[in-house]
Amino acid sequence: MDAEDIHKLAQLARINIDNEMIDEVAASITTILALVDQLQAADTEGVAPMSHPMDAVQRLRADTITEPNQREALQANAPATAEGLFLVPKVID
Amino acid sequence: MHSLTIAQLMRGLRQKQFSSLELTQHYLNRINTLDRHYNSYISVCEQQALEQAQAADRQLAGGTGPSLCGIPIAHKDLFCTEGVRTSCGSKMLDNFVPPYSATIVEHCQAAGAVMLGKTNMDEFAMGSSNENSYYGAVNNPWQRDCVPGGSSGGSAAAMAAQLAAGTTASDTGGSIRQPASFCGVTGLKPTYGRVSRWGMVAYASSLDQAGAITKTAEDAALMLNVLAGFDSKDSTSIDKDTPDYTQTLDDSIADLRIGVPAEYFGDGLDAEVASLVEAAIKQFEALGATIKAVSLPHTQLAVPAYYVIAPAECSANLSRFDGVRYGHRCKDPENLQDLYQRSRAEGFGEEVKRRIMVGAYALSAGYYDAYYRKAQQVRRLIKQDYDAVFAEVDLIAGPTAPTPAFGIGAKTQDPVSMYLEDIYTLPTNLAGLPGISIPCGLTQTGKPVGLQLTAHYFAEARLLNAAHRFQQETDFHQLTAPEIA
Amino acid sequence: MEWETVIGLEVHVQLATQTKIFSGASTAFGAQANTQACAIDLAMPGTLPVANAQAFRYAIMFGLAINADINQHSVFERKNYFYPDLPKGYQTTQLDQPIVGAGYVDIEREDGSRKRIRIHHAHLEEDAGKSLHEGLGGECQGMSGIDLNRAGTPLIEIVSEPDMRTAEEAVAYAKKLHSIVTSLGICDGEMSQGSMRFDVNISVRAKGEDKLGTRTETKNLNSFKFMEDAIALEVQRQIDVIEDGGQVVQQTRLYDGDRKTARAMRSKEDANDYRYFPCPDLLPVVFDKAYIEEIRQQLPELPAARRQRFIEQYALSEYDAKVLGDDAATAQFFEACVKHGEDAKLAANWVMGELSARLNASDIRITQSPVSAEQLAGVISRIKDKTISSKIAKQVFEGLWQGEGPSADAIIEAKGLKQVSDSGALAAMIDTVIADNATQVDNYRKADADKRPKMLGYFVGQIMKASKGQANPQMVNQLLTEKLNTIIEG
Repeated sequence: MDAEDIHKLAQLARINIDNEMIDEVAASITTILALVDQLQAADTEGVAPMSHPMDAVQRLRADTITEPNQREALQANAPATAEGLFLVPKVID
Repeated sequence: MHSLTIAQLMRGLRQKQFSSLELTQHYLNRINTLDRHYNSYISVCEQQALEQAQAADRQLAGGTGPSLCGIPIAHKDLFCTEGVRTSCGSKMLDNFVPPYSATIVEHCQAAGAVMLGKTNMDEFAMGSSNENSYYGAVNNPWQRDCVPGGSSGGSAAAMAAQLAAGTTASDTGGSIRQPASFCGVTGLKPTYGRVSRWGMVAYASSLDQAGAITKTAEDAALMLNVLAGFDSKDSTSIDKDTPDYTQTLDDSIADLRIGVPAEYFGDGLDAEVASLVEAAIKQFEALGATIKAVSLPHTQLAVPAYYVIAPAECSANLSRFDGVRYGHRCKDPENLQDLYQRSRAEGFGEEVKRRIMVGAYALSAGYYDAYYRKAQQVRRLIKQDYDAVFAEVDLIAGPTAPTPAFGIGAKTQDPVSMYLEDIYTLPTNLAGLPGISIPCGLTQTGKPVGLQLTAHYFAEARLLNAAHRFQQETDFHQLTAPEIA
Repeated sequence: MEWETVIGLEVHVQLATQTKIFSGASTAFGAQANTQACAIDLAMPGTLPVANAQAFRYAIMFGLAINADINQHSVFERKNYFYPDLPKGYQTTQLDQPIVGAGYVDIEREDGSRKRIRIHHAHLEEDAGKSLHEGLGGECQGMSGIDLNRAGTPLIEIVSEPDMRTAEEAVAYAKKLHSIVTSLGICDGEMSQGSMRFDVNISVRAKGEDKLGTRTETKNLNSFKFMEDAIALEVQRQIDVIEDGGQVVQQTRLYDGDRKTARAMRSKEDANDYRYFPCPDLLPVVFDKAYIEEIRQQLPELPAARRQRFIEQYALSEYDAKVLGDDAATAQFFEACVKHGEDAKLAANWVMGELSARLNASDIRITQSPVSAEQLAGVISRIKDKTISSKIAKQVFEGLWQGEGPSADAIIEAKGLKQVSDSGALAAMIDTVIADNATQVDNYRKADADKRPKMLGYFVGQIMKASKGQANPQMVNQLLTEKLNTIIEG
């Protein structure tokens, strides 16, 4: 992990990291990656990946409206709204 | 009153020895005077608690009180509570007041429980020491310069300091059991899918499970009776009948087969912890259980597998905290990118950022197979280890954590040494199994040690039965921190 | 040099469910901002998704309609990227195990030739919300507003193979999909409301070359016309770039239909690393064969089958059957009309003629027609029983369109448009016309017998004029010929 890798990761995760912190972050992530690299020793030939603890399948929901309009309550926590819209700095496509 | 168990308080309330209002006021007084030493609460809901207590008293007077009627409890601050700030121990949600409640919060309300407040925790449940809270570290009531464990350090400390009759908590890699061990209390992590995750702020969705930290296994059974149950709002909730967990507490454990995995007693295990745990296992033998040496060969791989899977899931789960719809938003963002990058940089603490970045890395192009896919394969190997062992035994016993509580600040500079704290608890989460940590004695310096029992899927009743029988024969769970007693 | 264009389409189809794919909030179009965005749609902390059964049913219906394999085991994945209209910071979609596997549709070119377009797969996913950049004044100047009503609307994304070679083929393919999804009733087909949106992957290569050129993706085209124009524009741009000695750069482009221009998207400039992984909040979705078979049994009629049926059942021409049969709403209107009016040929002519012309002129869809199928059937019935002539029928139709009456009969009655078939009244009119046109009658008498039928038209015209168009033309013809013959012979 060098500074450039950390910058890329930070951009991917949308987390600003101050330049003076980069080396420290790089060092700690490097240690963690060294820990997880122990996985490479495992023999996993032919083992199916396991995403869920249970071999359960998805239950499906009936297509009926259960959620009424609650805009006011839901927007009470919003940092900036106007005319029912959440406001953000201009989005450029 | 604060030394009584939930079971005892339920009797006291029904026999009118005291009212819920008196009981609640008593706990609130304790919190007000004592919690400055422990910092176990993030929010205290005095007014609301007193109102709930009065309502409970009315129900009790009418003889209609449901199971936990009038019992003052506290919720870990990652369970959404309608109208009450739910911070997750993070600056990101310092101002977040959910307009809905978690399913388990609703269950507790319906059962008549009084909510004293919300307990401290490692930010977004990421940590093993409760030092990663925006609201400050929690002090272990047994030794204040030690950590209470984490991430449910607030719930465990509140129980040890007797600042609540019972608490809810959550366990992603040991976050119920390890702090219970450090604080000398009982911590139950149910089977994945047994308790609804709706309204519990997600850390790692396939590992997170809500449970309880209590004084005794009997109290844990009473709490689980209320928490457990199918929830159609959680796709991973399992539609399976929940028994009355108190019914089988007193069953004989003469036919119980307990496996002791060699891998749980290797390098890194504190010698005092080892001898206390071994003594506890002997106690089970004395109760008639059969002890059997077993092997969980992939135990060592649980830590690396967990530190890929949990960060990967959290890296996506925490993307929603972007400063747009709720939560922390940086001042005067220059543009959209600035809004994202600064809001998240300011709102998240170091450990959370670290895990998000590790997770993003493990999922990124070119690394997915080597890290994420590999970890998911190892996860299956770990589950298969358990399947093989549970074909021969009913429970697995071992230490909850390799050490007793360590000093505040002792491991903050070295995340990996902190991660290794969870080596005995992580495999259970990866497999989705239920586990419990119960006190099994004190070290020579007076620090509590926990015994961990693990059961097969949905065998919580057996787990609680064994723990309860152990607690009937021992008094480790009745020991209280010197300054509390 | 001669160039060949290679086109592949990704088509997003909004499914006509009542609720979102993962929440119970309404999907109705046009609600006030964020009034149909519930806690789950807003990705509030602690909320969890539960998948909508109907979305799967619709996706399976589509799969069966394009002869695809249905995957009995499908998995949702998270596609990670930050965007304000994507509340969770990831889109829940399908990648390796989509619900619909490989299939195909056959398209027809304008010259009548057919071509098979292969579909790589179709997967279920959630739609994003909308960013609104315009109209925010005052202190919101320079801000974008986020409306999440659309967030979580179920989509199927239909990914074709790069099998199309011209804009015409691409449009024919898109129209074919439109026809299929509307016939199945799984999408309302309202393009102007974004119910169907196209991303077009375009590359060019020298004719005869096997290797594909570098492609660009033009996103979010929401009309057939825009798609056709955008393809033409992009093909020309790529050819110009190559002919100028340059290289086409892989990029995502946005087409502006009003200005007929396109540009590279800025927000997609940095190569995306979407970090897909299976969504841990959702479990694998599994269907047994019996369920899929049950859906197959209940599948509504598809356009190709309907076309064939129209030819057989109503004796329509191939062309009429295509025009009426391909669009579900048109087909439904036509059949309702036949049911009440009992004359398929007349109904076909009216739906494709007068009605279609009026709808086009007013730029509305047949589902919004002010004249209902039953009302039009009323007009047709009155033509058929000769109560009115075809010419008068147009007046009656216009009356219905303007809402001047509830039915054809009511308008005929109110305006007195009933055809005059009373032979006495007609005879009186004929006598008057003959008396008033002695010169023409004289010319008629002197004319050769084979010229007379042509000359008859003059008298008929006079009589129709005198009757304000209401005289029954067949009877006038008959009575007039008889009368003139008497005069000649007389």
